[in-house]
Amino acid sequence: MKMDIILQLSLRSIRLHFLRSVLAALGIVIGVVAISSMGMMGANMTMSVTEELSSMANVLVVNPGGGSSSNSGGMMGPGGGSSSSDDDYIDKDQFDDIERAVGKYGIVYPLYQESDTIKIRDEKRRATIYGMRDEDMATILTVDNGTLPQTSSSVVVGPTFAENNDLTIGSRITIGDENDEEAVIQKVRVVGILEEKGMSMDLNSDNAIIMTEKAFTSLYGGEGDYTQVNVILDDIDDADTATAAIEKQLNRKEDEVTVQDSSSMMESITSTVSMMTTFVMAIAGISLLVAATSIFNVMMMSVTERVREIGILRSIGTQKGEVLRMFIYEAVILGLVGAVIGAIMSLLLGWLVVLVMIGTTEYFFTFQSLIYVPVSMAIGIAICVFSGVYPAWRAANLDPIDALRAE
Amino acid sequence: MTAVPVIELSDVSKIYPLASGDVVALDHLSIRIERGEFVAIMGPSGSGKSTLLNQIGGLDVPTSGILRITGKNIRKMSDEKLTDLRLNTIGYIFQRFNLIPLLSAYENVEYPYILKHRCNDTTGRVSNLLNEVGINKRLAEHKPEELSGGQQQRVAVARALVNDPAILICDEPTGNLDTKTGGQIMDMLKDLHRQERTIIIVTHDPLIGERAERIIRIRDGKVENA
Repeated sequence: MKMDIILQLSLRSIRLHFLRSVLAALGIVIGVVAISSMGMMGANMTMSVTEELSSMANVLVVNPGGGSSSNSGGMMGPGGGSSSSDDDYIDKDQFDDIERAVGKYGIVYPLYQESDTIKIRDEKRRATIYGMRDEDMATILTVDNGTLPQTSSSVVVGPTFAENNDLTIGSRITIGDENDEEAVIQKVRVVGILEEKGMSMDLNSDNAIIMTEKAFTSLYGGEGDYTQVNVILDDIDDADTATAAIEKQLNRKEDEVTVQDSSSMMESITSTVSMMTTFVMAIAGISLLVAATSIFNVMMMSVTERVREIGILRSIGTQKGEVLRMFIYEAVILGLVGAVIGAIMSLLLGWLVVLVMIGTTEYFFTFQSLIYVPVSMAIGIAICVFSGVYPAWRAANLDPIDALRAE
Repeated sequence: MTAVPVIELSDVSKIYPLASGDVVALDHLSIRIERGEFVAIMGPSGSGKSTLLNQIGGLDVPTSGILRITGKNIRKMSDEKLTDLRLNTIGYIFQRFNLIPLLSAYENVEYPYILKHRCNDTTGRVSNLLNEVGINKRLAEHKPEELSGGQQQRVAVARALVNDPAILICDEPTGNLDTKTGGQIMDMLKDLHRQERTIIIVTHDPLIGERAERIIRIRDGKVENA
């Protein structure tokens, strides 16, 4: 079966004005590439961040004091460098209450935390120091090299901390400011380097010094006055129930503690990334508007140049609808060609953009990422059709007699 | 019972409203053209010949009066019906040939056939018509711009005949041709008339007019003699 004659006329018109048509389609190519690349970058960023955060999604962090919301999604994890005041801690009784309330949902462990001056090979700096119970260390920490500390003069350090400070097993660290007369000075030896854990809400062990509870309290005092209590849930679906149980147990009369649910933090971060992606895509979308203007211009030129031809077509029995179809076909062909080339280029450029911006293409060939290619193609084609409607309508509604008179 | 005339104008007027005042192009015109007639419409420039041709060619509709083509009042027709009338009932031969530049000679002739039948010509009608008007297979593959004026007009004649129209309307068909080629085109039209086709030709050339059976002279939008 031969091709529709109206479609043939559209194709031949495009071929006759090849350069002009290519330039118009190029606008669509750029628009499709811009939108899909940005979309894919956003999707890859979201998936990358989500993956990183999901490892800590099953964590509840219980901080002392009342917060504005128990489920606030703020980034309030330890490792900051805050110094605890006497009232700013969770005491042993409160910890016992928490353990009673949610012990059945997973591991509950208390954490001491301090930020202090340390000295390594005559160089002073600040560091985050955690104190943990021996049994918790064995459960929570994974040593990559060496062993867990057994004495008050031994510590483990995170891999980032060890790398940044050139620490190995046996390296010595002086904790406390030697210039401060009131400060307690403790010389410790690194007995273990932890396995890399990544970003975490409960314990940022990668860039910290971790010592036993005894060592910590002998340095800073406050035995049984925990900086925070962490709950590692066996099942992430228990997050709401566990949060409610802690609040019911401790916040009955006044807000004694604040419970942070990491899933809400994740939602907040992914929603921010999505918002940024949408914004960047909207900017990229401007290129499609430019393309739309170009297509409109080409179509109007095509109609103007072919007024006489339209008059001939109408006078020998071509319906208005067929003339309309002829010009819409032209717009669709330009859009389709632009969109297909744009889609192929999107895959190449998008892959490069993702590699450069995110650092990994692990999530590139996923549905969430690649869906932006057909979506941007559809937008590109739709914009072409939209741009072609008025010129096509104008062509279809030309008066045959006037059109035949055109030079 | 009298036969229905192929074209019948009763008191037809065509008025173009302009800012400077109405222009009466056709003024209460009444004409009757029977099936198989060869009629020449003649008159000076601006007399209303082309306007009359546009009305009977279904390209335009009168402002008032009744215009029947093959018995159908075209003033009551929608644009779609009028277009169908042009496709099925009327064959148009223009002074400037008016072939579609994007299509080859063969495709130009086949185009109205496809519009009517919704399929390509597999009967050989297009090729036969092109042969009859003296366009061989090689020439038929050429685009209009690659053909001479005479060849283009021959293709236009074949295109006008492809849907076997009841009326053949010719607007100065020899106007853009030399005398010899013009004569050949007129011979072709005479042959078509012998095959009992209704032919209406607009011309200001008295020699062309003489070859028609009847001359309708128009002046100031009115018929001088019918």
